[in-house]
Amino acid sequence: MTALPSPSKKKLGLVIDLDTCVGCHACAVACKEWNDGGQFGPLPDSEPYGAEPHGVWFNRVHTYEITGDGRRETGDVAEPSENTLSSSISRASSPVQTVHFPRSCLHCETPDCVTVCPTGASYKRAEDGIVLVDEDKCIGCQLCAWACPYGAREISLERPHKQPDGRPDKRGTMQKCTLCVDRIYNETLDESDRQPACVMACPTRARYFGDLGDPDSAISQLVSQRGGYALMPEFGYKPVNKYLPPRPRRDGSSMPASSTQEETLDPAQLPPLLRWLDRVLTR
Amino acid sequence: MKPALSVIFFTVLSGAGFGLWAWLGGALALGVYPPGRGNVLAPLAIGFVFATTGLLSSTLHLGRPSRAWRAFSQWNSSWLSREGLASVATYLPMCAVAGLARGSNLFVPTRIAGAILLICALLTLVCTARIYTSLKPIAAWRDARVLPLYLLFGAWSGGLWLWAYLAFDPGILAMPFALALLAIASIVSGLKLSYWKNIDGLRAPDAGYATGLGHLGNVRALEGPSTEESYLTREMAFVLARKHAHKLRGIALILFFVLPALLLIAALMWPAAQRPCAGIAAVSCTAGLSVERWLFFAQAKHAVAGYFR
Repeated sequence: MTALPSPSKKKLGLVIDLDTCVGCHACAVACKEWNDGGQFGPLPDSEPYGAEPHGVWFNRVHTYEITGDGRRETGDVAEPSENTLSSSISRASSPVQTVHFPRSCLHCETPDCVTVCPTGASYKRAEDGIVLVDEDKCIGCQLCAWACPYGAREISLERPHKQPDGRPDKRGTMQKCTLCVDRIYNETLDESDRQPACVMACPTRARYFGDLGDPDSAISQLVSQRGGYALMPEFGYKPVNKYLPPRPRRDGSSMPASSTQEETLDPAQLPPLLRWLDRVLTR
Repeated sequence: MKPALSVIFFTVLSGAGFGLWAWLGGALALGVYPPGRGNVLAPLAIGFVFATTGLLSSTLHLGRPSRAWRAFSQWNSSWLSREGLASVATYLPMCAVAGLARGSNLFVPTRIAGAILLICALLTLVCTARIYTSLKPIAAWRDARVLPLYLLFGAWSGGLWLWAYLAFDPGILAMPFALALLAIASIVSGLKLSYWKNIDGLRAPDAGYATGLGHLGNVRALEGPSTEESYLTREMAFVLARKHAHKLRGIALILFFVLPALLLIAALMWPAAQRPCAGIAAVSCTAGLSVERWLFFAQAKHAVAGYFR
């Protein structure tokens, strides 16, 4: 049913650390790899090695450049926490900064992608809040993708290269992040492996998986310590996934003095040997 | 948004079809419709062709058209589902009117069936508009004018097609009908102009807003997530031909308003010229609305495009 379930106590989701992410795309590749072969696969590409490869990815990594002063003096509500800052580091003149930004389904608490679905294919699980698409019911009207401001959903118009075991043809149905629901509850996997593929793959540990509905869980604690925020909260979808803001960079004033500045040296402060050297060399 | 031809045909043609049925049902209910069985069956059939072609065209937009029947199930939350149900439900009073129409067309069951046809047709038009107005990430479609525009465009184009049929029996164009059509045309054109003016002032979401990093500075997309186009960039970050938007708006306005309205006035002044005037007006309006609908998609910006700026 496309009616949203009553809010679940358990809210499984991801927390992504924009400070640590190096933009290596390992999460995106691991996601594609797992889900191509997993319960929700295959995820075929058209012309994967051709001139214009095209296909569905559940997870995509953007890279942004941040310049200028921004609006940080105005006391924005979305101000990241500054408890890790020393007073000599301010963002008043932060240099150019690069931020890598993985983007996937946020498993929102009240998403319209579920309610606009005319068939009941798009649904939110009552037990843990994961948003999924029922492959067998989806008619590919794409209304759910239009209703999502986060770009979480992509339609698969590609036909799998082969369908060996009579799997249904995936062509024409909506695809999205499953939070690796076929991994996290998979008892055939080692317990340490029951995490989403993207989290397992991240080489810098920029991705965390856990229950964001439990305020005492490790990732809820992380979110509150680091000032984790939700994307575009104005839409009212209440994203479960959170992003940790990049830590502020050192400002220009604490950088080594530039060559144009006169350097001052007080010889009286130097140890005797260097004081002698200084005297010899300045002669 | 990428304008899909299937959806443009759907909204324009089914709008005209359901609009025509609404006029016919309303006139029958009020007992002001001309007598004769053929006078009811012919416009019903014209409406049937438009509505059915439009609805079938909409299934071409689906990735899995063979499963379209599943769309009737989620009427309690989805406007697309409601639109499907309302449109199919409208065929019931349509069949009733077709079966009951005879003689003077003042037969009470005919008038009741006409009233139900009017209500169902208008509900279908409302549901069609709500499919679009319910999508929060597309600010241009959240505009309060979108819903009345869909209703009035349906009434205007459907009314012109009804007139195009009635014109074949010269002298049948009743003054109140013509004046009502002209009033609707003026209101709908004024509304559309004000809608266009308003969406020009909408601020497109940028990367700073989309990433929530705007407070750190000026955020610019340095590198996209893929080297090639993706579904998102093709479907939601569609920018093609926005540069011709102003010319296309002029063309649309001339085709859907100026020309049909002038032809309507001309037909009132020279009743002998009614037949060609009515035919050209109906065709021109439908063509103009196709351009208008193309712009409705092409000029609507989706919030997800912010991630790609």
